[in-house]
Amino acid sequence: MGRLFAVEIVYRGIFQKTLAKHISRAIVLAAHREGKPGISFGRYGDSPERNGIPAKAFAIVATDDITLEEGMAKYEPKEVDITINLDDTMCKGVESWAWYGLQPINRLLKANGTLIVTSREEPEKLIAMCHRKEAPYKLAIVKGIPSFSGLWVFKDDHTDVRVLGAVARVLPELFSIESLKQMILDDGENPLKATSAQRSYERLTTVTVKPNQGNPEKPYEFELLKWTEMRDGITIPAITPGHAMKDPVTGQTGGFQPERNATFKKFSTRTMRPVVNFDTCIKCTLCWLQCPDSCFDVTPEGLYDANMVSCCGCGVCEAVCPVPNCVTMVNEIGFSDNAGQWEMWRKDKEGYGTWLKDKIESHPVRSHGFRYRGQYEEQVPEALAAAEGD
Amino acid sequence: MTPTAVAESTKGTEQTALITGSEAIAVACKLADVDVITGYPIRPYDTVIQYIAQLIADGEMDCEYIVAEGEHSQFEIVKHASTVGARVFCGSSGVGWMYAFECLTVTPALRVPMVVMVGNRALDDPGAFGVEHNDALAVRDLGWQLVWVDSAQEALDTALIAYRVAEDRRIFLPCAISCDGAFLTHSQAHVKIPPQDQVNQFLPRYDRGDLLLHPDNPISVAPQANEDWLMEIRRQTAAAMDRSMGVIREAYKDYEKIIGRSYGNPFFEEYMTDDADIVLVGMGTLSTPVKVAIRKMRQEGKKVGLVRVRWFRPFAAEELAKSLSRFKGIGVIDRDFSLGSPYASGVLTTEVRTALYPAAKHPPIIGFICGLGGREVTVPDVEKMSDITFAAAAGKAQPATQWIGVRE
Repeated sequence: MGRLFAVEIVYRGIFQKTLAKHISRAIVLAAHREGKPGISFGRYGDSPERNGIPAKAFAIVATDDITLEEGMAKYEPKEVDITINLDDTMCKGVESWAWYGLQPINRLLKANGTLIVTSREEPEKLIAMCHRKEAPYKLAIVKGIPSFSGLWVFKDDHTDVRVLGAVARVLPELFSIESLKQMILDDGENPLKATSAQRSYERLTTVTVKPNQGNPEKPYEFELLKWTEMRDGITIPAITPGHAMKDPVTGQTGGFQPERNATFKKFSTRTMRPVVNFDTCIKCTLCWLQCPDSCFDVTPEGLYDANMVSCCGCGVCEAVCPVPNCVTMVNEIGFSDNAGQWEMWRKDKEGYGTWLKDKIESHPVRSHGFRYRGQYEEQVPEALAAAEGD
Repeated sequence: MTPTAVAESTKGTEQTALITGSEAIAVACKLADVDVITGYPIRPYDTVIQYIAQLIADGEMDCEYIVAEGEHSQFEIVKHASTVGARVFCGSSGVGWMYAFECLTVTPALRVPMVVMVGNRALDDPGAFGVEHNDALAVRDLGWQLVWVDSAQEALDTALIAYRVAEDRRIFLPCAISCDGAFLTHSQAHVKIPPQDQVNQFLPRYDRGDLLLHPDNPISVAPQANEDWLMEIRRQTAAAMDRSMGVIREAYKDYEKIIGRSYGNPFFEEYMTDDADIVLVGMGTLSTPVKVAIRKMRQEGKKVGLVRVRWFRPFAAEELAKSLSRFKGIGVIDRDFSLGSPYASGVLTTEVRTALYPAAKHPPIIGFICGLGGREVTVPDVEKMSDITFAAAAGKAQPATQWIGVRE
């Protein structure tokens, strides 16, 4: 039996779908130049056509055909040598739209495998976001903002080759940097892309994540029912009606909090979340009315609190809010939990004000999808800065 | 026979009426007090809809009668009506049935106990009106209960039994009653119509229970689900189909007890098989020329019998294998075709062969393709098929599949 390599690419639909496919294919093609057979595929149960939804692509390579079949005889790899995360907010976990629950970003990583993340953040921050793992692994950061380059038209920002350069560095047995560069040049691509791959290869630094270092949270999970336990007729019970909310300070009850799906949550399906200035809210109801995911809880005093179980970060609330700076979308990188904002505000209005200001000012990057024409061009300098001139 | 006569027949005593197989099914719908009926014209299915319309117009019957803009809508409407607790009826023929195919595929898994009539008709092209069984057989793998009848009387009785079986909470699967175009749908015979009170006693009201789509029972029906749920859903539908044979048996027993008419073995009829050397196997109205031919051949000393399959789904494989393995030869007459199938046989032949595989004794099986597009199955045709089967039984090599009654 030869050696089997597996790489997963975790990306956000739809903006990174083509990017993930490029990387996955390039891994197989680069390894093929060294005589290693391989396959590339996207996880079929995902919904990568949906805006921002986490999804996966895989590359499986082996030293020979028989060994490759060992890797192909599975729906998807059960363990990988490298996990590539193309949007650092998914370090909090991956919720595909298939029924997988919340998968820690490092779940499939073998002991001493490498998690490659495109990020502007420091390793400590990313490690704190990733769930704890019993075995040690490595974290490598390709400096950059989450790439949009996989939209319908491939907007080439060199993210693909920079990630591939990192792969050549952390797992040279898969393919060498020379094979990668030669593949890029032979394909008639911009020769600068070979340079980008080389620079990323040279500059990559990795840190070792120790056993049980990171986020101690136990990711929510659920058991799939047996056929004898399921309701028949493809019917599922409706989510029960909601209930009143309780003010944490006065004990006053009122408003309305809808009941929510016990197993299908949207914690990591968003890249941004709304933060609400309750002091300037005029209770116009528009955010509550327009939210496509019914994520707003109505508080006893008639304010609207975005519930992070349901929010997928679309930003409609911010767009419809008539009060300037009352609802602001903030990058998920700035949050370590999914706590309610209204409760925080009720308990300590001044502290909440400071928290709100800090969240808005510290994390201006908006990464959730393509929002307006010209946005990509605007972000090029920022991307270059993040990549330190690559 | 006028609709008024049907009204008189429901006042407590059994009445006799001269009606077609389609009209017999319409009368069954009236007796079953069906709530929602959809129609879209296609020959020969339209005969049942015309008669129901007349029953409603004459004040004999009360139901929602919706003329849809096509068969697809026709089946969608009754599917939804059934999920909110309505007893429903619809049906079609030939390519009309195929146009509804999307709705036909979703109905079993949604556990909708719709009862329909398929007025069997050849699939286009050419646009022939006559009977072929390929239309109804197209759904044979999907969880539909399929039954073939050979008389107007059997059509009426089977329609009432079909409601009882389909709407049983253990089953909740759709049921299609196949009636041969022309021979059954357009041919009038004397039919005994059971009194309403007996039907009421036999047929409980449809209770959708926990699957009822209603504000008091908030559920979602048919959410999108992938490979992590789908096999369990299929397994549930399979389990319902597995239970169907037992429930069919119960229903026929109760029908005999309450209505007073017995069909013996619900799954297949045996005619002159006790001492038969060979048997012919078939479905639907070809039983008439086969029976006539059998009587003629018996006078000539040829011991031929008939096994007429009623329920094709569920298929009584073990029982049928037990019965058929005792003969020296089996000729299966298919009023359908399955091009490129094993031995290029018809559908019924392939099923019979499969059923017999585990049996200890394997008589030779010859498949006959016959009577397509409504072509008459003649007595000489039947004699010919018998002779071929006798030859096979005597050990003479015969082609596995033979087309009978085709000009060559």
